[in-house]
Amino acid sequence: MVKSWKLVAVSAAGALALTACAASDRDADGGASDAASGGRDTFIFAASSDPAGLDPAFANDGESFRVARQIFEGLVGTEPGTADPAPLLAESWDVSDDGLEYTFHLKEDVKFHDGTDFDGEAVCFNFDRWNNFTGILQSESLSYYWQKVNGGFATSDVETLNGTGKYDSCEAPDAATAVVHLKSPLPELVSALSLPSFSMQSPTALEEYDADNVTGEGDAPILPEYANAHPTGTGPYTFDSWSPGEEVVLVANEDYWGDQGQIKRIVFPVISDPTARRQALQAGDIDGYDLVGPADVQALADEGFQIVNREPFNILYLAMNQANPDLADLKVRQAIAHAINKEALVAQTLPEGTEVATNFVPPSVSGWNADVTTYDYDPDLAKSLLAEAGKSNLTIDFNYPTNVSRPYMPTPEQVFTAIKADLEAVGITVNPVPDPWNPEYLDKMQGTSDHGIHLLGWTGDYNDTYNFIGVFFGGPSNEWGFDNPAIFQAINDARYVADIDEQKAAYEAANAELLEFLPGIPLAHPVPSLAFKDDVKGYPASPVQDEVYNVITLGD
Amino acid sequence: MPRLILRRLALLVPTLLGLSVLLFLWVRALPGGPATALLGERATPEAVARLNELYGFDKPLVQQYVTWLGQLLQGNFGVSTRTGRPVLEEFTNRFPATIELTVVALIIAIGIAIPLGYVAARRQGRPLDHLTVVASLIGVTIPVFFLAFLLKWAFAVNLGWFPSTGRQDPTMVATHPTGFYVLDGILTREFDASWDALMHLVLPAIALGTIPLAIIARITRSSVIEVQDADYVRTARAKGLGADRLRRRVILRNAMLPVATTIGLQVGLLLSGAVLTETVFAFPGIGSFLANAVFDLDYAVLQGFILIIAVVYALVNLFVDVSYGVIDPRTRATR
Amino acid sequence: MSAPEVYEVPSAPLDLGRADDEARLAGASHWRVAARRLRRNPGAVVGAAIVAVFVLVAVFAPLIAPYDAGELPGRAEIRPTYIPGPSDEYLLGLDRYGADLFSQLVWGARASLLIGVLSTLLGLLGGILLGGLAGGLGGWTDTGVMRFVDLLLAVPSLLLAVSIAAIAGPTPAAIVIAIGAVQVPIFARLLRGSMFAQRGQDYVLAARSLGLSRRTVTMSHVMPNSASPVIVQATLLLATAVIEAAALSFLGLGGGSPTTAEWGRMLTSAQSELEIAPRLALWPGACIAVTALGFTLFGEALREALDPRSRKR
Repeated sequence: MVKSWKLVAVSAAGALALTACAASDRDADGGASDAASGGRDTFIFAASSDPAGLDPAFANDGESFRVARQIFEGLVGTEPGTADPAPLLAESWDVSDDGLEYTFHLKEDVKFHDGTDFDGEAVCFNFDRWNNFTGILQSESLSYYWQKVNGGFATSDVETLNGTGKYDSCEAPDAATAVVHLKSPLPELVSALSLPSFSMQSPTALEEYDADNVTGEGDAPILPEYANAHPTGTGPYTFDSWSPGEEVVLVANEDYWGDQGQIKRIVFPVISDPTARRQALQAGDIDGYDLVGPADVQALADEGFQIVNREPFNILYLAMNQANPDLADLKVRQAIAHAINKEALVAQTLPEGTEVATNFVPPSVSGWNADVTTYDYDPDLAKSLLAEAGKSNLTIDFNYPTNVSRPYMPTPEQVFTAIKADLEAVGITVNPVPDPWNPEYLDKMQGTSDHGIHLLGWTGDYNDTYNFIGVFFGGPSNEWGFDNPAIFQAINDARYVADIDEQKAAYEAANAELLEFLPGIPLAHPVPSLAFKDDVKGYPASPVQDEVYNVITLGD
Repeated sequence: MPRLILRRLALLVPTLLGLSVLLFLWVRALPGGPATALLGERATPEAVARLNELYGFDKPLVQQYVTWLGQLLQGNFGVSTRTGRPVLEEFTNRFPATIELTVVALIIAIGIAIPLGYVAARRQGRPLDHLTVVASLIGVTIPVFFLAFLLKWAFAVNLGWFPSTGRQDPTMVATHPTGFYVLDGILTREFDASWDALMHLVLPAIALGTIPLAIIARITRSSVIEVQDADYVRTARAKGLGADRLRRRVILRNAMLPVATTIGLQVGLLLSGAVLTETVFAFPGIGSFLANAVFDLDYAVLQGFILIIAVVYALVNLFVDVSYGVIDPRTRATR
Repeated sequence: MSAPEVYEVPSAPLDLGRADDEARLAGASHWRVAARRLRRNPGAVVGAAIVAVFVLVAVFAPLIAPYDAGELPGRAEIRPTYIPGPSDEYLLGLDRYGADLFSQLVWGARASLLIGVLSTLLGLLGGILLGGLAGGLGGWTDTGVMRFVDLLLAVPSLLLAVSIAAIAGPTPAAIVIAIGAVQVPIFARLLRGSMFAQRGQDYVLAARSLGLSRRTVTMSHVMPNSASPVIVQATLLLATAVIEAAALSFLGLGGGSPTTAEWGRMLTSAQSELEIAPRLALWPGACIAVTALGFTLFGEALREALDPRSRKR
């Protein structure tokens, strides 16, 4: 659910701001601090950065989503512990045979935090809002997901986005029904609606607080009052305060339609340094944190902290840029694949339970193919392949990011070091090229062809093959440096096959073709871990981080 | 005295102008050129065009400098490429934290160093003196980030006596009228918040204060030794001035001048040390923000922060110079 | 962070250039007298011993270290949650990547010595150039140069180093240049002050009155006689250079790969392993501190030996 390579943009950015003026007002929530010290109904979860904003329609990073999950709900949720869609604000839905009409049957008696009703009109208001974003609202740093899933907006200055979307219209025949009409099939729609970006927001509040009045530039948008202080959804928690650089505070929604649960107050303190997060847990300052380093797992468990693992829903890969003439040679790419001892790599550098990858999608995604070509560890074969290619004295640039930890890549320096040693063992000279993650590394990998082999990965947003391989290989790109229209075509055709079984077969074929062509090497599906105090019970770990805290219990 | 201050302030102007020229040239020397350096590589052509319009990067160098200086004087230090917020705002938001930290560090350093140095000097050659000399040597040479690290590991993580990171317990709800958390708690009568902020300051302040402590102790010691052997002290003693009065009036007062100079010189050291200490303790001041700016090559922040810090540094040194006059009237005439 | 500001006050008496009467009378035996004083000073002996060990280890690293720099002999034994400790094979255990910690420390000594010496030489060269220019020519040149020097000193040293390293990019050379540049104003000021003090001395006046040109007097009399405070300062700044190099690597400006054997870098990456292997942080940290201590002790002793007036300090 994280648009992975945007996340650290914000996490680095949020580093340690502190504000003299935007202080939280103690009088506003009465004895909250007393409650915090007395009973255990406050849950403190360290965030790695500030949310980019509180309006999830304009968010695409993990920290914004983490907060949004508590305040907002979408039509569709996920089955606990999986990435599969499940009813949420829509109790059920029907899809017409031609795949163009989606009828959502809504949960009744649900109210937004501002007291207005959640109904069919509200659903249509949200869909129409997304589709009618204009100007800066269409920039990728804001409405990324609507743009990627829908494929365009009602109107746009950008040719490729102007009226190119699948969405046509929405109608609300009665309060408990919303019907969405598409121009052409979009089989991933229901899965995609589980993203926080497609949360249901109060039309009244959106209008009152000027939600669409974003100013500034695409790279540094200035968000309106709504996204700073008035997010209004239907979820179990309502917004209390946000002190940028310090913390976001949420309090229980007393009128929640579902089970309110034990936790009445959530605090997300911003602690950007991973070591600092761990030590804050050890010192008892926080109840839990995300992205636990693999090295810390055992030590924390030994000290009596709980380690909770998410089902891995990601991929870590080694990309081989074919703009580099050496790497354009398939034999060289195969040699590199055979040179790497993936089993040892996983055992030495990645969290326990991590699986070696064979596809560019994790096994729980329907298009995963068990029969793709695999490249076993075989240094001798690697050497002879290099000799055959006439590249026995190969020198390549190896790009890797520094000072960063991603769910799919918790320890880039270690993975780099292990692969470098493997490559040197078969006679390849490796030229290390480290770069700070953001913006240098991502810009260089995705915006230029000035790189050799490099480490990168992706965490899936929802259960859909296109959300992985479409992102990587949907068309020519600087990252991979090849132009293979057959592969691009296969992947894009598969996306719009309306029949689920046919689509699965098409994706499996595309995955097989990819591993034959070998644009990169899928390395592993690292297990992301969270750590908690021992009395935090029932944390709803989710592969796509659909984790809402009203189900958690604290204390004995 | 006011004339002295005015004259010193006037002398500050050429220094700062010179510094601004250096920083102006510095951004132009950065890899990728000024527009890329200030906006980041993902900058849109429109943003680059706007920046060019604002600063006139296509104009002659001298004209560019004047335009840029004009922007600075209006308080426009550019925008952080990481946070998208104005550099000046980022600075003023964080500066109270760093002031609080350095002040506490300096209080710890001075509070321990002067008595220690004095006592060591009075017992010159005895074990306590040797201990002080050796300890201050070690204090000067231990890398500040390593010390910060050891303190945090021992007293925050293992023993749990102090919080490990930040300025305030995340669960603490407090109001911050001034941005100086310890002071805020006293002003708003939220004494628990003050106490909490103070506890967060202890370890970073010790780490940051150690080197100044060692230096001030050494200077105090040697200065007292020198003064107590000086002719006028012997004369005073021979004339029968009592031990207590001698100590207070003559030795301490005369020994304090080099100590005051040294304390003034520590400010630069403290600001350098804050970058490292704040990073280790994730303390949200200007130092950790600068360190992150270094990591992410946020040149706009580096340029603006260095300029502002240099101004602050110069003003502090001015203050120190002026305060000599108070300690030692002799210096007034010569300055 | 031991910034150069530290040493300004202790070196003040040297700025005044009051040479040791005893030594001046002795003429050429000035240095011999100093050497005798050094041998009698326990601080000097300890400092010299540390410096000697450090230099020997750095020079003979290939003979001492069982493994190459960056070699990963124990790679297969590493697990995310486990790093093998000291054993017969690996004296101080392995590091996070499977390198032999002892070997990395030995190679790290070489890196530190190189960075320290090169940057101090660079600083010295720049300082002699600027200081010599100012002290030798005087007048407007002097004013101009010293204004520039004051400008550089107006920025806290670490920030100055960081700004310079940012232009040069993340390489070890950038660190050398940055640290060297930070030392330039210190040497320049010192040398200029020292030269001015020498100028009024009798022997200079005598040389001038004998008709020697200002340039000749400067080059063959004033400069050499200004050398001892500079040597002292250089020794002390070597300590600073070792620490500053570590600090810049700590801030991520050192470049190289994760297995680069450099103390500051080792300390940085050890931060995240503090729970399972604190020794990975303690050893390089201790190496930096002890080396800096050695140079400081030796430098201080040298100062006392060359300028007995400061002996009390």
